[in-house]
Amino acid sequence: MAIAIDRGPVSGRRDRASVVSTAILLLGALYCLLPLAWVLVASTKDGGELFTTNTFVPSGSLWDNIVELGSYRGGLFWRWMLNTALYAGVGAALSTVVSGLAGFALARYEFRGKGAVFTVLLAGVLVPGVILAIPQYFLLAQIGLTNTYWSVLLPQIISPYGIYLARIYTAASVPVDVIEAARTDGAGDFRIFWRIAVPMMSPGLVTIFLFQFVGIWNNFMLPYIMLGSDTLYPITVGLSGLLNQGSTVPALYSLVITGALLSIVPLVVLFLVLQRFWRVDLSAGAVKA
Amino acid sequence: MTALAPTPASRRRVRRGRAVPWLMLGPAIVLFAVFMAAPIAYTLVLSFQRSVVTGLGLGSGSRSTVFAGLDNYVAALGDPDFLASAGRVGLYGLVLVPTMLGLALLFALLLDSRRTRLRAFSRITIFLPYAVPAVISSLLWGFLYLPAVSPFYDVADALGIRLPEVLSGDIVILAVANIALWGGVGFNMIIMYTSLRSIPSDIYEAATLDGASETQIALRIKIPIILPSLIMTAIFSMIATLQVFAEPTTLKPLSNSISSVFTPLMKVYRDAFTRNDVYSASATSIVIAVVTFLLSFVFLRVVQRRAFGGEG
Repeated sequence: MAIAIDRGPVSGRRDRASVVSTAILLLGALYCLLPLAWVLVASTKDGGELFTTNTFVPSGSLWDNIVELGSYRGGLFWRWMLNTALYAGVGAALSTVVSGLAGFALARYEFRGKGAVFTVLLAGVLVPGVILAIPQYFLLAQIGLTNTYWSVLLPQIISPYGIYLARIYTAASVPVDVIEAARTDGAGDFRIFWRIAVPMMSPGLVTIFLFQFVGIWNNFMLPYIMLGSDTLYPITVGLSGLLNQGSTVPALYSLVITGALLSIVPLVVLFLVLQRFWRVDLSAGAVKA
Repeated sequence: MTALAPTPASRRRVRRGRAVPWLMLGPAIVLFAVFMAAPIAYTLVLSFQRSVVTGLGLGSGSRSTVFAGLDNYVAALGDPDFLASAGRVGLYGLVLVPTMLGLALLFALLLDSRRTRLRAFSRITIFLPYAVPAVISSLLWGFLYLPAVSPFYDVADALGIRLPEVLSGDIVILAVANIALWGGVGFNMIIMYTSLRSIPSDIYEAATLDGASETQIALRIKIPIILPSLIMTAIFSMIATLQVFAEPTTLKPLSNSISSVFTPLMKVYRDAFTRNDVYSASATSIVIAVVTFLLSFVFLRVVQRRAFGGEG
């Protein structure tokens, strides 16, 4: 590459560069939007149109598909959606509290064994969650907890990565002086955590919540292993099973496609509304929200 | 704390101060022990056992477990299905990780360039697939791979090109890699972009005054500074690669080329639940975990050195 003289505002060069880089990014955006655009159009078609009409010409069957999906086996689809919201919402909320408390303790207290505790917890980041799912199943089976809501909810509350982030957020956003001042005023430790630390580290806590929420929402293997009755399924396991049946009953394809669309909508909305919380610097650990 | 005057009040505070962090860590430690440490220990125990039939092999008491030594490991490592699945996933990772991180870095650098237009739109759109569960994205791409419903085949037909059927034959691995690429490129891009944004811009000013082009600044200044982020995303991506399960399991009904032992974890699942051989499944799990751990060991070192060097 020639070392061009680029000191002044050479507008021609500047514009050319912006066209190329903008075009590359827009190609990337197109690639990312394509399947979403396809599902939006495909869910407007009935089972026959899906295989016969032009891919990107919408039809008018979206509402019919939604009604049909809603009536599939007495509203099983909506049950799956509610289950997913329950697993992800309750699980992520509990996970955020547990991680926040642990991270706060690790960042703002000195006690014997702290280094060991943190190392062991952090090593948990490295343990692939899916490898845990099978032994978790056999352990929970021994106390009769498999095929219950608990079997999917409980294993996903512990989040070593959430604890790691909470420790960093506390260290970065809750000054020691403030805690000392509150303590001098007679506030108890848990009161200091709830009333002072939590508000100060709330952007970080929202990020932990989102990570865990998306992680649980996306999790497939754990509920796939734990659950036998389809009334407990989250949406991922439910739709996967429906697709499995679809390979013999193609009429189910339009249900699967409509279900896929409806299941994406809540998360996409959540992302667009809360996207400023996703600026996480993993290596430095700071939140730039 | 110990420097404070030993008034009764402060002594009480010190004593309480010892129990409080453990109370706060309590829920995390209990959950960690029950849902992470215990399952790992249990898997280890199972991996050294095997089931034998005693007596006539009738009734529930006729099976017992005996110590098997390393037999399960020897069997797992010598199993052609396992070796084939490991090779497949190795190839998959070699294609996926560099492509995904290369594209993510390219996009992040372009987002960080002031000359690029429509940056907010591109950033949000490329990140959006992260909101789509792997099962759902496999479903969507699965349909896009089916010639009967896919727009790609329509377009290719119109142009007179014959596209290969990506769901059959060996290239199905590329079909799976593309799904993971689609889901992961935006997330990695955001991580890299966030590191880029945290570089103070005055670093570039001197380079710009010296006549460095934007490409040179990217290669010589930006990439070296965000190197720790790149290493971390690489290791996270490698871990995710070894665990690939949801995508091929979802695509399986659409493709004849995806067997029930397509990836190592699919084999673990089949051994544990279809063949009821939890001992062999445990040994294979441990092998996968050890490989993952070796890969991630580097990560732990990087994290600890980077993040907690200056914490008070």
